[in-house]
Amino acid sequence: MNPQDHRISHEQMMYARWLDWGTRIGLVLLIGTFAAYVLGLSAPHVPFEQLTRLWSLPVDQYRAAASVPAGWGWLALAARSDYMNYLGIAFLGLVTIACYLRALPGFLARGDRAYALIAAVEIAVLATAAAGIFGGVH
Amino acid sequence: MRKSGDRLRRASRLTRIFLILLALLWAAPAAAADAAAAPWWIWPAALFAVSFAIGIVGVLAGVGGGVLFVPIVGGFFPFHLDFVRAAGLLLALSGALSAAPALLRSGMASMRLAMPLALVGSVTSIAGAMLGLALPTNMVQTALGVTILAIVLLMWRAKRSEYPDVPAPDGLGAALRLHGVFHDPAAGRDVQWRVHRTPAGLVAFAGIGLLAGLFGLGAGWANVPVLNLLMGAPLKLAVGTSGLVLSVVDTSAAWVYINRGAVLPVLVAPSIVGVMLGAKIGARLLRVVHASTVRRVVIGLLLAAGARALLKGLGLWN
Repeated sequence: MNPQDHRISHEQMMYARWLDWGTRIGLVLLIGTFAAYVLGLSAPHVPFEQLTRLWSLPVDQYRAAASVPAGWGWLALAARSDYMNYLGIAFLGLVTIACYLRALPGFLARGDRAYALIAAVEIAVLATAAAGIFGGVH
Repeated sequence: MRKSGDRLRRASRLTRIFLILLALLWAAPAAAADAAAAPWWIWPAALFAVSFAIGIVGVLAGVGGGVLFVPIVGGFFPFHLDFVRAAGLLLALSGALSAAPALLRSGMASMRLAMPLALVGSVTSIAGAMLGLALPTNMVQTALGVTILAIVLLMWRAKRSEYPDVPAPDGLGAALRLHGVFHDPAAGRDVQWRVHRTPAGLVAFAGIGLLAGLFGLGAGWANVPVLNLLMGAPLKLAVGTSGLVLSVVDTSAAWVYINRGAVLPVLVAPSIVGVMLGAKIGARLLRVVHASTVRRVVIGLLLAAGARALLKGLGLWN
């Protein structure tokens, strides 16, 4: 289908392309790191035997009992097989921000100030959430 | 005669699926009570199986996986609800992210329509996620049960309109140029669309975002009726745009759970893979299975899972 025939904007097509590739990479990362986790390619931070005793606890108690970091503290544990999985999860969480960042210049170039503002505010909201400013434990 | 025989066979196949799912769910609490004694791999394997089934029936019934996943896994598996809600959000997010590119390219999803609604929803979903992590578990569990039972009612009663009549756009919708055209391959024609009641739609999406963040449900069950019945978007555009809105709203809330450390890979990865594979099978079965029958099965499952969540929250069935 020719996008022009149905007036699909350039921003929408760019957003779709970035989303497509970002999601593929994120899912491959997630599945690959999970395979490494269950196959025991490197030691997990929380061993499976301990995990089964702790996963019924509320998250704050679980974190305290398993010495698990909050926020982006998992990056320090990314070599451990369980926290390696966070690479794929965080990647999936960042895909939408990247797509909005890609679409924003298009709105600005067309002088679509309302949508440029909506995109900029959305990027700020998502980036603030990703940074752990809302609800993260510092 | 042959038709009624086929129908009977289909109905009996679905009844068997429903009974197997129900038996699995009923057996789970007893097993969950002794979770620490069971080998760890039992749980990801069981999650994969249940998520696979959820993926199949979710597609057939036209609901996302998240709305089935959270009450079922939260009610019948040993994981704390904090981890289940985070997994539910990531599950809904992965599905929405995977489906959105094709919908955007075909024009079945409108970025222009999605962006203002997603902005409101993403702010309130962050608030919902924070609220969910701050409230006592039994309160969240009870509210989840009530919400799921309300969704059952909504699914049972809600009507859909293929091409709603929008006599005139509202001021805000006109200012944001919330209109367009998409090609409907089934109808073989281009469909012009515009929306009305944009301010009411924004308020509705604020509420939907709050619920999505609070319960980790995804929100296709609410997005589509609001876009279609309240704002007047054609049904196919409403379904496509709902997925795009969901991908943004769930991303915001998911970060709150990720930053709190509420993501257990052993729960998240098998569930995502299970639902995605199940959804592929479900999409193939769409041609041969009666959607209305599956819808009844899903309503039955949600009724059981909602009642379980409510009773668990009230401390009547732990």
